[in-house]
Amino acid sequence: MKKVFLAVTLVALAATVYFALAVTPPRENQGGEAVRLLYLHVPTAWLAYLAFAVTAFASLLWLVPRTRRPEWDLLAGASAEVGVVFTALMLVVGSLWARPTWGTWWEWDARLTTTAILFFLYLGYLALRRTGATSDERGKRCAIAALVAFADVPIVHFSVTWWQTLHQPGTVFNERLDVKISGSMSATLVLAVAAFTLLYAYLTMERFELAKLEEGREEREVQRAIAERVASEGAVTA
Amino acid sequence: MLGRFPALAGADLDVETGDVVLLSGANGAGKTTLLRVCAGLLPLRSGTAEVLGADLVANRRAARAKVALVGHETFCYDDLTVAENLRFAARAAGRGPADADAALERTGLQRVAQVTHGRLSQGQRRRLALAAAVARGPELLLLDEPHAGLDEAGRAVLDEIVRSAPGEGRTVMLASHELGLARAIATREVRVAAGRLHPVAAAGAPPAVSPAVSPAVSPAESSGVGA
Amino acid sequence: MRFLRDLALVAGKDLRIESRSRVALQQILPFGVIVVVMFAFALDADREFLERAAPGLFWIAVLLAALLAVGRSFSVEEANRARDGLRMSSLDPGAIFAGKAAAIAVELFVLEAVLGVAVVVLYDVSFTDVLLLACAAFAATVGLAATGTVYGVLAGGLRARETLVPLLVLPAVTPVMLGGTRAFQAALGLADDGWAWVQLLCAFAVLAVSAGIVAFGPLLEEA
Repeated sequence: MKKVFLAVTLVALAATVYFALAVTPPRENQGGEAVRLLYLHVPTAWLAYLAFAVTAFASLLWLVPRTRRPEWDLLAGASAEVGVVFTALMLVVGSLWARPTWGTWWEWDARLTTTAILFFLYLGYLALRRTGATSDERGKRCAIAALVAFADVPIVHFSVTWWQTLHQPGTVFNERLDVKISGSMSATLVLAVAAFTLLYAYLTMERFELAKLEEGREEREVQRAIAERVASEGAVTA
Repeated sequence: MLGRFPALAGADLDVETGDVVLLSGANGAGKTTLLRVCAGLLPLRSGTAEVLGADLVANRRAARAKVALVGHETFCYDDLTVAENLRFAARAAGRGPADADAALERTGLQRVAQVTHGRLSQGQRRRLALAAAVARGPELLLLDEPHAGLDEAGRAVLDEIVRSAPGEGRTVMLASHELGLARAIATREVRVAAGRLHPVAAAGAPPAVSPAVSPAVSPAESSGVGA
Repeated sequence: MRFLRDLALVAGKDLRIESRSRVALQQILPFGVIVVVMFAFALDADREFLERAAPGLFWIAVLLAALLAVGRSFSVEEANRARDGLRMSSLDPGAIFAGKAAAIAVELFVLEAVLGVAVVVLYDVSFTDVLLLACAAFAATVGLAATGTVYGVLAGGLRARETLVPLLVLPAVTPVMLGGTRAFQAALGLADDGWAWVQLLCAFAVLAVSAGIVAFGPLLEEA
């Protein structure tokens, strides 16, 4: 089942690469060949936020006692790990695109800036996950941290967007960043988003399974220690 | 709390109001863990436990309202004086400054009332921990190695508090290595070994009133280290 | 009201500890001032530039000092396991949160007053709209203190607490940074949307306080 999924993902990615590099045309005033990075930039941006949403939602499911299962906590962590990679990728690709297009490595536009903040929120969350020694210690703290961060993102986005409009004359800036897409470009973009979403899902699944195996091993060790303890007391009498 | 270590595995205990239960056993047996579970500080992974009618699994906070623990730490603030710490402890438990002052006198700490916690000696801190617990006015008093660090006078104070507990409607559970002293004030003894509880033949019959503590935790593991 | 009574008890306790130990006054406050001075070195004491950058630099200094204040507020609870004492008390956890956050906010208000003077003196700026300044500072500080307190208790008892809390807090308080800076710029007469930003700061403060009241109880139970 997973192998089929992986195969489909790889096919979609291959198709994306083909269309992106061979089929769609370059854009004259928006970086020439570099505009092809758009097919990487847009999907990774979408996934940066999707992954975080999954983390937040899984954390919520874990927090609510009725739906609490250890799997949700593991899923939250897995999605965050995959998500942080896509977020970093989005920022790097955005930067690589900005350079040939506008001559600067970084633009303080609302989306890039908000994503940068998102990146740091991810890092904090992942650092928190690594610090909690046991899954019990981790669960509640990380779940709440994920939800607080997720709730913060819209506020950050709003304030950054507002701040942005005060700095750059609106039209010029929007022109610089919004590439008009149509025809083969938009189709390829949709394909790219789909392919990368599949990739995200696959990677998250793999990471999740790995986390489950790790948890399982820990759990078995605890059970074994308990059994040993119960057995050893047999020798002691009051 | 260092990692996951099953401290209690299979513990059955029923304590009546007015009992003074002594928990004896070697280090690492699980005495501290049991006390912390009864204080509502450690979560139970499995099993049931009830303290003063409040379910420890469902609603730990409710159970804690009438319980006070004297542990290895004082739960106090280094920069506040003895009197200020006691006042805070009393008021935080919904009681008044009068209770704090009473506890101060009862434990003989009047002379150091204005000394900040950070400058107290070990023996004074142990007394303060006791005073803070008394000031909270608990129905269940949990004492973890209360004799350790106390001098003659301090032990006399401890003695008085424990002996008068049943008369004040309080139940006491204490874990101690000072078996001689502890057995003298206890009404029952329970030996803790590797997380299991073994009742020892009691000296006197406990007054049977409604159960104060009944953690029928079998098997119970908690995520903490027992000591 | 029990909530207010508990809040006052906890805030009073924290402020009394501060008045006794003087950590905020003798360590955190000087730290804030030094940061303000350091900025002048970093920016080559360019008069004109410092004047324009003053609002932002002020809030960065406040932010960094706030991290120290939060750290201090919770290290007090780590010693002697006072945290367990709080858990075993019958204090309302939401009120404990509000009390601790309030104490931090009070310390920050004092800090901001001093830093404000430092900025005016060292960067040669003059504020025209003092009311805007005060409202913005108030809303921003409440949001800052509340967010810091949430993450402070969240990381309580963890090994890497001191380095983890700054990493968690800073990205989360971006709106405060933006809002505070812009509002102060308006108060300097360099912009005219100050009050709109104050509204944003108030909204953030309300959300942060609400999140804290709800989340503090469960988080206090950890470790």
